Amino acid sequence: MASLKDLRNRIASVKATQKITKAMQMVAAAKLRRAETAAAAARPYAERMERVLSNLASGMKGSPLAPKLLAGTGEDKRHLLVVVTADRGLCGGFNSSIARLARDHARRLLADGKEVQFLCVGRKGADILRRQFPGKIDDVISLRETKNVGFSNAQAIAERIVDLYGEDKFDVATMFFSKFKSVVSQIPTAQQIVPAEIPEGDEGEDLLKGAVYEYEPSEEEILDELLPRNVAIQLLKALLESAASEQGARMSAMDNATRNAGDMIKRLSLEYNRTRQAQITKELIEIISGAEAL
Amino acid sequence: MDTFQFELVSPEKLLISEEVEHVVVPGAEGEFGVLAHHAPLLSTLRPGIVKVFKTDGGEPERLFVRGGFADVNPKGLTILADEATPMAEFDVSALDQSIKDAEDDLADVEGDEARRRAQEKLDRLKEFRAVVS
Repeated sequence: MASLKDLRNRIASVKATQKITKAMQMVAAAKLRRAETAAAAARPYAERMERVLSNLASGMKGSPLAPKLLAGTGEDKRHLLVVVTADRGLCGGFNSSIARLARDHARRLLADGKEVQFLCVGRKGADILRRQFPGKIDDVISLRETKNVGFSNAQAIAERIVDLYGEDKFDVATMFFSKFKSVVSQIPTAQQIVPAEIPEGDEGEDLLKGAVYEYEPSEEEILDELLPRNVAIQLLKALLESAASEQGARMSAMDNATRNAGDMIKRLSLEYNRTRQAQITKELIEIISGAEAL
Repeated sequence: MDTFQFELVSPEKLLISEEVEHVVVPGAEGEFGVLAHHAPLLSTLRPGIVKVFKTDGGEPERLFVRGGFADVNPKGLTILADEATPMAEFDVSALDQSIKDAEDDLADVEGDEARRRAQEKLDRLKEFRAVVS
């Protein structure tokens, strides 16, 4: 049986842990709010970009002039998986659920006799995948030093992907990231980014159907600029969603940890008090029986 | 005078969304003005200043954009800017820095096509520097 001193130490240590998890939860909550606003602020651009792109691309589809980023290489053999995870742990199942989705996808592709490469954004996903797919990790990009993820970060990664594509290193790129739904629910999502998937235009497009666009400079040149930018925007969206999800996941993980620590403290205090009382009773019995013996 | 819906968005946020009468846009092949009922047009931008006239002839709101796209459609004008800063907050030293970066890039690049692009970028920045000062 644990002595009183052991129990006291134990309680103190659990209390200290609880303080840390509580603080982490509060930090995550503050960061979450910021990340959510950033994700919301980036949405209008992505939406309008999609509209412009679907306008342009619907006319270009099937045309032999269509850039490779839109039309694809005509093959479906080599796949690049872009896995967006966090750089830090202690956020519940956040990293492993994205890695699992990417892993299942990769296994399916491998089973079909295709080639797979990974580009990891965030070290945690790379740590998991490196064990399962040794030698397939192309590179790991860490955003640990960046405090607020911005367009320039996304652009740098997008440039890498587009360059790799330009050098004919892969045929299809798919991005895995966590979509932020709410604090308790983040949905691991897969999205194809190269060749670009053009969303079907909504009703608003009817308005433009009849209109003939003028292009300055030419249609192809605009598409050439627009498509790499689209990759960057999709990445930015993923990075921001992922950042918000990470904080959300951490917040609920830390909330659980704080609660568990609370339960543990309660249990330990109970045991401590029982032991203390038992000891007092024992001492009293010793004194009384000693007195009686006289 | 008729107004139209004008939106200026950068990847990080929506800067302007309002009814205006006249906007002057720094297109890749020259500045152009947009009034209500403009014909549909899609143009790339060069670094420059967007002038927004809420009422024609009034004092314009000036914003710096660093490249992007302008989309004129029957619903209005949308500018997708890579980066947009209101002129009042614009930092000239940052521009000087990016000119310097562009010069370094030019010195580093290999290949004719890449060199041509780097040179073009530098020229645009220099041209823009002349506009602000």
